[in-house]
Amino acid sequence: MPTSVIKPVMSAEEAVKRITDGSSVMIGGFNYGGIPYTLVDALVDAGTKDLWLISNDTAYDDVGHGRLVVNGQIKKVTASHVGLNKSTQRLFNEKKLELELVPQGTFVERIRAGGFGLGGVLTPTGVGTVHEEGKQVIEVEGKRYILELPLRADVALIRAYRADRYGNLVYFGTNRNFNPAMATAADLVIAEVDAILEIGQIDPNDVVTPGILVDILVLKGDSYYASRT
Amino acid sequence: MLPVLDEEIARHRIARRVAREFQDGDVVNLGIGIPTLVSDYIPENIRVIFQTENGVVGAGPKPEKEDLRFIGAGGRCLKPILGGALVASDMSFGLIRGGHLDATVLGALEVDQEGNLANWWIPGKMVPGMGGAMDLVTGAKHVIVATTHCTKKGDPKILPKCTLPLTGAKVVSLVVTEYCVLRMVSGEMVLEEIAPGVDLGEFKKVTPANYRVSEDLCQMKGCELE
Repeated sequence: MPTSVIKPVMSAEEAVKRITDGSSVMIGGFNYGGIPYTLVDALVDAGTKDLWLISNDTAYDDVGHGRLVVNGQIKKVTASHVGLNKSTQRLFNEKKLELELVPQGTFVERIRAGGFGLGGVLTPTGVGTVHEEGKQVIEVEGKRYILELPLRADVALIRAYRADRYGNLVYFGTNRNFNPAMATAADLVIAEVDAILEIGQIDPNDVVTPGILVDILVLKGDSYYASRT
Repeated sequence: MLPVLDEEIARHRIARRVAREFQDGDVVNLGIGIPTLVSDYIPENIRVIFQTENGVVGAGPKPEKEDLRFIGAGGRCLKPILGGALVASDMSFGLIRGGHLDATVLGALEVDQEGNLANWWIPGKMVPGMGGAMDLVTGAKHVIVATTHCTKKGDPKILPKCTLPLTGAKVVSLVVTEYCVLRMVSGEMVLEEIAPGVDLGEFKKVTPANYRVSEDLCQMKGCELE
């Protein structure tokens, strides 16, 4: 069966129905920049639970995917920093949430490895710290590296600036962050964008994420942060 | 007794001194807190390019009109400089880990005589996460610690051995506090500069680390401008 190269455009509510209880979900963003707010809000409304959240941080209690944590929908978080969301800390302390903290550069490289078919990456980051514990350390040319394993997810919710109907994506400002990497590393990639253009309206020279990586397009809504980022 | 300093004076003294470490063309990442103040004190005769780990190479000052599509790592709005670049996180940390940053300036919970740094976690308290700090101290050519000399409770921060979980092992190049400049030279901590009015005997009492006093010990640079 030939698959259409024209990507479906749907509402956020419709798109997040593809996410089932117990799924692993990558969500783009750094602090409040580059979060697919409309998709995340729809996921909060859907109430999908037992999710493994893979995101750089857990935003704030009442912002973006921080709301998923507050709403009790997350069973595990893999992130580099959760200090801005008090609920993540509280639920972890109450043993209601599993938390895996990863250095930020390692976090993105693990996702890249997952998306680019690599069995892992060797990084010097964390050598000689508690982060090294329980991991394989490999010496290359006299220098010690930690073997970090790939990360993949069932679904990636990403935020881009503009898409064309093929799903090609361009980004804007500091909203880019982890979104292009996550677009490579999930079985289903849903992109929230400011505008969906006709084919040919994005110059191939400008494309950052090729449309073959993107499965579903969703237009951003008008919530406070969605409209301002 | 060491001179008691107003907190703001102390913070700005540290920032002013750190800013003198850079050379023309350096690429620098500034952490949150005192390090953020450093950008206000860059000497006029040099140009420094500020990198933020969320994806800006060439971060400029806060814009007049807020645009949340351009933020720094601490979440504050910024404007990229003309000639700046916006990059994704893999590139940003490639720059950091790959040795393309001349310096990173970070705060400290503890730093020790071997150049170890602890600044991300106090066990038993909250677990904020290391964010980008472990990559920054691993990859930047110079790791500059900008910190008050003691904790708010008055406990020393410059120790023989860090007691808290490390951010990086043997990574520190320079420690700047309101009282001194300590430089790591071939694995040894050397006191190079001391603030006005600081008695070396009194200084030692709040600095348990082993350090050598440089034969060229001088007054902490920049203090004359206060």
